[in-house]
Order: sequence, then structure tokens, then C-alpha cells
Amino acid sequence: MGILDKHKVIETNATLLMILSLLVVTIGGIVQIVPLFYLENTIEKVEGVRPYTPLELAGRDIYIREGCYGCHSQMIRPMRDEVERYGHYSLAAESMYDRPFQWGSKRTGPDLARVGGRYSDEWHQDHFYDAKSVVPESVMPPYGFLAGNVIDGRYIQDVVATNRMAGVPYTDEMVESALADFKAQVDPLGDFDGLEERYGEAAFGTPVNVRNFDGRPELTEMDALIAYMQVLGTMVDFSTYTPVANR
Amino acid sequence: MWDYLKLIGLGLVAVLAAIAANYAHDLAYQVNALTVMLAAGIAFLWVLRSAGDPRPNLQHEYFDSVIRAGAIATAFWGAVGFLVGVVIASQLAFPQLNFEWAQGYLNFGRLRPLHTSAVIFAFGGNALIMSSFYIVQRTSAARLFGGSLGWFVFWGWQLVIVLAATGYVLGATQGKEYAEPVWYVDILITVVWVAFLIVFMGTLFKRKEPHIYVANWFLLSMILTVAMLHLVNNAAIPVSIFGSAQVQLYAGVQDAMVQWWYGHNAVGFFLTAGFLGMMYYFVPKQAERPVYSYKLSIIHFWALIFLYIWAGPHHLHYTALPDWASTLGMVFSVILWMPSWGGMINGLMTLSGAWDKLRTDPIIRMMVVSIGFYGMSTFEGPMMSIKAVNSLSHYTDWTIGHVHSGALGWNGMITFGVLYYLVPRLWNRERLYSLSLVSWHFWLATIGIVLYASSMWVTGIMEGLMWREVDANGFLVNAFADTVKAKFPMYVVRALGGGLFLIGALVMCYNLWMTVRAQPQRATQHSAVPAE
Repeated sequence: MGILDKHKVIETNATLLMILSLLVVTIGGIVQIVPLFYLENTIEKVEGVRPYTPLELAGRDIYIREGCYGCHSQMIRPMRDEVERYGHYSLAAESMYDRPFQWGSKRTGPDLARVGGRYSDEWHQDHFYDAKSVVPESVMPPYGFLAGNVIDGRYIQDVVATNRMAGVPYTDEMVESALADFKAQVDPLGDFDGLEERYGEAAFGTPVNVRNFDGRPELTEMDALIAYMQVLGTMVDFSTYTPVANR
Repeated sequence: MWDYLKLIGLGLVAVLAAIAANYAHDLAYQVNALTVMLAAGIAFLWVLRSAGDPRPNLQHEYFDSVIRAGAIATAFWGAVGFLVGVVIASQLAFPQLNFEWAQGYLNFGRLRPLHTSAVIFAFGGNALIMSSFYIVQRTSAARLFGGSLGWFVFWGWQLVIVLAATGYVLGATQGKEYAEPVWYVDILITVVWVAFLIVFMGTLFKRKEPHIYVANWFLLSMILTVAMLHLVNNAAIPVSIFGSAQVQLYAGVQDAMVQWWYGHNAVGFFLTAGFLGMMYYFVPKQAERPVYSYKLSIIHFWALIFLYIWAGPHHLHYTALPDWASTLGMVFSVILWMPSWGGMINGLMTLSGAWDKLRTDPIIRMMVVSIGFYGMSTFEGPMMSIKAVNSLSHYTDWTIGHVHSGALGWNGMITFGVLYYLVPRLWNRERLYSLSLVSWHFWLATIGIVLYASSMWVTGIMEGLMWREVDANGFLVNAFADTVKAKFPMYVVRALGGGLFLIGALVMCYNLWMTVRAQPQRATQHSAVPAE
């Protein structure tokens, strides 16, 4: 046990102990994290994934604020039952603009990675007011208060701009018209051509959902949250996706 | 001079916080800014009133007043954290407890981070700060370095807790599990943590013992690693300096990897390495035996801190994280079993020759059971990190059960043992108020944990199996809602188990309170001479 006797050098020198233990704990993280930023196959090359519209982004912030990720995952694993239940397994590309990611770790409620388009807006409204009215077994808390919270998008441009600063590819135009796009998405009778042009079919292959999501005259947090729900998992064009074996 | 600088600094903070509150973009930020203003104001008055007071030279005494405060804070936040835990466990069984009138402020989603942060960072954090201050002084035979910097660490940490907790309820969160505090709270955490490191290292530097005791290795590695994890995982750009919103620097798959590198090592270092440091000091002290094996402690220390950091990706098996990363995570998690059990063996075998104390000393019993739970959950963890097992256990209550057998069994029980050890010594009392109340606490907590863990095993494995069940034609047998319904009875049992654990903690609070209030003072001033 000769080598252990040499440990005396470390345990009588606080600086050495500090430096060595710091070195030892950094290795694992460097090996596991750093390659993810440069290995090209980390994020699949697929078409259709776009940055969230300002309203969806606001909805996502409400999702985070309410701690939804504590009970709902957004990550379908490639097992038979999960694919049957929730749809195609999740790709890394689908969350590449999620800051922070919302994969979750627990399914007290079902996975939401592909909930978009699965239920009507009216179903979501009922479900948020009183989940038991549509799913009698549900233990989800009530979120009716969201429909009472009117939002004006006062800071939405800052949010979009900050996302761009962090690396989400919003264009200048998207940032400048953030507030207009925010309001346009809940007004199907208004002019939403700009919104559709920036985020819609021409640019990314899928039209933007433009609806009065909460069925109320005002623009509320419920609008934003349902808009976010309805876009989840609907972006990828799976005809452009080929699985890679070495990933 | 120093007092003037402090006064200017505190006054500046109070004024800036008032300005920030005025321009606040959201309610949580406003309330947090007002809290900071109030805290700075109180500190300002305190410094002002005590300015110019004669400073007795206390270098020959241990700095124990901050540890006494730490003991009170640990017990208090423990009770709060357990209470919130019981509340949210009940909400899962009886969703009507998500009160409509509370307008979402008291919904499960907002209370859950309050619970996790309260138990990990408030209860666990105070336990760590308090016991590392105690241990590093005793094992270095030196007074805590940095004068009142120790008090800054203590009060700074309480401020962090209050800001984070009120923030969650009012809707300020970063949305990353166990790293929910928003950007300005993260900055405050960094400042307090660096002060903690300075106090700890400074005390090591002025130690009179040539050797650094093994408990300090663990505590030091905990402080360093938590600093690293915190800084990397919380990298974010604030949307505005007047709001609580921020945007993470990493996205999607990279963010997931960074988050679980952080998340698992919050367990590995905050709740394991740090608490092993507590074990290495307090178990030998209470058992009045030396640590079982010095060589084992060297091997398992370096192995533990090297291996733990790799284990994060086992939280991301079969996700969109590349396979190579999750396989690495699995392999290292399984290897990690060995150094973990090295620690368990070293702790348990410290009792060799003193096993009879298990019969007579309920504090030792508590410590031994905590090491037992440590061994159990560090076996369960590697097992659950195996991909095949994880494919069933992931997303289920099994994970929740696993976490709680570690957190309640290991962290909770060892902290209770430490509090029972420390309070009579810190307040210079002859003995605890009641050993039979300690026994009551022991059994309430143990039965509570058993109910908790076993009910979560049942629901976890049951829902995992129900989700994947297919009939002869290949169709799914159960709707998701069926599994929710099937879990109800076990959710009641879980809430009950948590309730017992909470009652045990309240019994402890009463016992410690009465120890300080009603027990006679010890004859001699025990803490006068720094040598032990």
C-alpha cells in the first residue's frame, strides 16, 4: 500500500487538496457535455422545426411558471407502448429551441411531446378549468384562473430578442414584429399574413395556428398556453427524417 | 472604517432594491426586491447600532454562535419542508386540495419546487453549513476564519431561501428541476457560496493540526463541486434587469445533459459527499470509536468524487440524448455502487466494538439506520440506472420512492442524529431533555420512510407495467387515466408515511427546544479552548 502512504502529502496541504479534487470532479462533465456541442449527429437534420411564435413562447413561459414539467414529460422514448400511446419518439431537433428544455422526469400526467392537434381548443379549455370534467380520474389542479389573466405582450419583444441573443434563430423582422405577431395569432379575422409569412407554411412547411384559443374576447394567459399546447410535436416533417444508427 | 464601508454597501443595496421594486416587470420580482430592501435595511440598522462597540478578542474560542443559529434554522426549515411535502403528497391523493380560490398560487406545480428546495437547500443546506463550520473548527483546532463572514454566509443563505420560496409561489422560476431559482437569486447564491468557501478554506489554512481530517475532504469537495455545477447549469441571460425572466444559454439536448449533470450531482455532492463529511465526524464522535479504515476512506473519497460526476445521463436513458452519453452514464453509475458502499462500510464498521450502543443510545441508532438507508439507496440507484430497469422505472413513482429513501432515510436521519448530538453541546447543556422522545422520533421516522418507500415501489412498478401492457392483438390495455386511478390508495399511504415523518420531526423540535430551555447548564465552559 505504498501509494496510499503518499496521500499524506495531499492531506497536509489544503491548496493541493483543493486543486486536485477540483480537477478530479471536472473530468466527467467535460467528457460528457463538451462533445454534444460539436458532434454533428447530436441533433438530427430534419425539416420543419421553427422557433416558437411570440404567443407560443409566452405560453411556454406560463407552462414553466406553473411547474407543469413536474408532472408532464415532453420526451417520448422509442418503446413500443410509448410510440403507440403518444406517437413518434421525440427527436433532439424538436427541442433545439427550448431554453430550458422541458423533457421532464416524471409522468404523473401523460407525456405532452405530441399533444398538439390531438384535442380541440374547447377540450383544453374544459380541461384547464376542471380536468375531471373531461378525464374523471385526473388529479390535475385547476387552471381556470389563467383565463382571467389578461396579457398585453408588453415585454414579449424583449423575450424574443433575448432568445435570439441566446442563439434561437429569430430574424430581425421576427423581433421587430413580435408584439404584432403576438396579437395577430388570436385574431383569425384580423390580418395575420405577416405572422404566417414569418413562421408558417412557406417558411417551415406547416401553417401557424391562428385561432381564438380560449374562446374569450380578451387575450389571456389561457390563449397563450393553449397555443403552446397545440403546437407541441407538430413541427417536424417526418418524411425528411432518417434514423442514424451511430447516434 | 470597515463599519462605514459596510454601512455604505448596505445602504446602497437597500436603495437599489427599492428602485428595482419600483420598476419591477412582475410581481415575484417586486416582492423579492422589497425583501432584499428590507433585509439590507435591517442589516444596516444592526451595523449602525453596533458600530464602535468594543470587540472582545475571541480568537481563543470557537465561533459557535453561528452554528447555534444554523441548528435552529436546520430544524425550522426541516419542519417547513416536510410540511410542504405532506401537503403536496395529499394534493396528489386528493386534488381538491389544489384550492381554486388560491388562484394557482398554491397549486401542486408551484409548491413542488418549494418542497424540493426547502428540504434540499434549506434543510440540507443549513445542516451542511452548520456542521461544516462545527467540524472544520474542531478538526483544525482553530476559530472560524473571516470574523463575521460566517454570519454573512448564514444570513445570506436564509435570504436565498426566502427569495427562492416566495418567488416560486408568485411564479418566478427558471424551470429546471432543483435549479429553479431565477437569475438574481443565482447570483446571490454564488456570492454566499464563495464566502462559504473562503471561510472554510481560511480555517483549513490556519489549522493547528498538520493533517486535514477526512470529513473536511468531503466537505471541501462538496463546496467546490456545487460551485462548479451551479455556475455552469444556471448560465442564462436575463430578459431585463427589472424582471425575473431569463433565457438559458443552452437548449434542448445540451441543456438536458447539463441539467442532469447538475441534478445528479446535487444529489452526489450536496446530499452525499457533504453528508458523508458529517458522517465521518459525528458517527465516530457519538460512538466514541475511531473511523474504521483510514485507507478505505482515501480510496472511497477519490473514487466517489471522480465517478459521481459521470452519472448524470442515467436520467436520460432512451431519450433524444445520444446513446454514447447515456451508456457512459449507466456504466459509471453501476461502478459508483462500489465507492458508495465503501463509505457505508466505513461508517457502519466504525461501530465495531461498540455495537451494544445500538441498544442504549437512540442517537447512534438513528445514525446507523441512516447509513443503512444510504447503503440501500446507493444500491437501488445503480440498479435503476441500468437501461433495462430504467425503461420500466423512468417517469414512474419508483424514482420518487428512491429519492425519498435516500433523502428521508440518509440525509434526514443523519441530520437528526447530528442535531441531537450538537444541541446539548452548543448550548452547554448536560444532556438531551428526553431520550425516550428520541426513540419516538426514531420509530415515527423509520415507519414513515418504510410506508413512503414501499408505497412508491408498488405504484412505480405497477404503473410502469400498466403503461407497457399490450393485449394479444397488440393493443395497449390501459389508458393513462387507468394508472392514475389505480395509484390512489398508495398515494394515501405515501401521504401518511410523510405525515409520520413530519410528526417525528416536530417531536424533535420540541425535544431540542426543551433541552435548551429546561436542562441545567453544564458546569464548565466547554467551548473555551479550541482543541479537540
